Amino acid sequence: MKTLVLVEHDNKTMKDATLAVVTAASQLGEVHALVLGSGCAAVGEQVAKVAGVSTVHVADDAALEHQLAENAAPLIASLMESHDAFLAPATTTGKNIAPRVAALLDVMQISDILSVESEDTFTRPIYAGNAIATVTSSDAKKVITVRGTAFDKAATEGGSASIEGVTGAGESGLSTFVSEEIAKSERPELTSAKIIVSGGRALGSAEKFEEVITPLADKLGAGIGASRAAVDAGYVPNDYQVGQTGKIVAPEVYIAIGISGAIQHLAGMKDSKIIVAINKDEDAPIFQVADIGLVADLFNAVPELTEKV
Amino acid sequence: MKILVPVKRVIDYNVKPRVKSDGSGVDLANVKMSMNPFDEISVEEAIRLKEAGKAEEIIAVSVGPQKAQETLRTALAMGADRAILVVTDEEVEPLAVAKILAKIVEEEQPQLVITGKQAIDDDSNQTGQMLAALLGWGQGTFANTVELDSDSITVKREIDGGLQTVKLNLPAVVTTDLRLNEPRYASLPNIMKAKKKPMDEKTPADYGVDIAKRLTTTNVSEPPVRQAGEKVEDVDALVAKLKAVGAI
Repeated sequence: MKTLVLVEHDNKTMKDATLAVVTAASQLGEVHALVLGSGCAAVGEQVAKVAGVSTVHVADDAALEHQLAENAAPLIASLMESHDAFLAPATTTGKNIAPRVAALLDVMQISDILSVESEDTFTRPIYAGNAIATVTSSDAKKVITVRGTAFDKAATEGGSASIEGVTGAGESGLSTFVSEEIAKSERPELTSAKIIVSGGRALGSAEKFEEVITPLADKLGAGIGASRAAVDAGYVPNDYQVGQTGKIVAPEVYIAIGISGAIQHLAGMKDSKIIVAINKDEDAPIFQVADIGLVADLFNAVPELTEKV
Repeated sequence: MKILVPVKRVIDYNVKPRVKSDGSGVDLANVKMSMNPFDEISVEEAIRLKEAGKAEEIIAVSVGPQKAQETLRTALAMGADRAILVVTDEEVEPLAVAKILAKIVEEEQPQLVITGKQAIDDDSNQTGQMLAALLGWGQGTFANTVELDSDSITVKREIDGGLQTVKLNLPAVVTTDLRLNEPRYASLPNIMKAKKKPMDEKTPADYGVDIAKRLTTTNVSEPPVRQAGEKVEDVDALVAKLKAVGAI
């Protein structure tokens, strides 16, 4: 089977999310990677070094600078004439593009796979991860998104794939990019952070979130996450949200502060290696999944923890 | 303009799903069902656009069992004008739902389709994008803010790194994210009024759409259960424990 992997990148650097998809694809067969972008040659070179990738297709075109789904999907669909499976990371980019490709190919997409059981059978979470479904696809071509935390990352060195240019992209005339507000942060990205400090509604305000959570994260070199409630209340921006419909994370250590542990939040972090919970309410559901729990007022406990770690 | 709002009847947001012991699925017998929360946000957004004088008619549509009419009545009570129920007892996959919706779009000619970015039961996150592809329309997924003009819609999207704004020519498909709005509750008078609003009943066959499944679910199982660990007394004990397990 010949697979085509959508590379996650920002026209300069390949993102780690790509590496788990390469691993999933390699369980299906030969791995080809696809870089869609503008001025993205450097990304193609990085991907060519990833272990397991045999060919990198680079579509370098102004119409693909922002990877708008309307421009990307027809090109991918045409490349699928010579590939058997399209795999994208289950990032907002992958989730935006892959279903559009699937519909163009008349294929039912398999979203957010956790494992490859065989060429046509996969497992995937449903009901916020409260159930795991094993599904078999009868479509001739497969369109798949891959949960990054469920697969090991392919090595970024050791490969020597050939690089081929792809042309044929163009403006669909349906949509245009206007602007982007991308948070610039020295912090590790949530999906690749080793430690995550995450705050909930109990923080009470954006000021308190910053005052209590940030120093601990700084001290630990951690990424910062949040529950939906904290994002909805405006304490932090949307890209901090961990959960069923936010980011799915699985760090070495996840420290949940003032988070009660709704199933939608647990869906996004319960595969973390060690879960620490600090919460005033000893009956909070978060304690049912926490390896280490501390029942305490976070406004006292967290500053003390920051001082002592 | 007309706005089409596809909604899905799903397990209620607050119910913890239970996997059937025979591995055939999740037990939905006697479980509270509600409108998919993202679709509530879609209905609300459509109503706000109508209230702002930017839309004339809101059509709610659902593909599902007869009971999905309750979900449509909720949409009508919130403020949708009429509803279309495409009745089937089969489980319909996103691709087939998108095909049915595409046919309804052909008939109704809405300028805008607003639907939830994903349903909280199958967590597929596909239908809106697929519909946009089938129609050859632009798509504004994971919408945080929308601004509708006469011939375009500007959508601020929630993406992994922050926010992205795109402008779509109309007609277009928008899928909603959590921060787009806070849906209203239907008032009692409006619930009563909704009972009189028109609801058409159709079947997938009426639209000539084959809903045969492409994915066969062979097993549904519980995820590995995480055991609760231990509670520590104070911060010192927490620090000691974190060091003991090599966490810091």
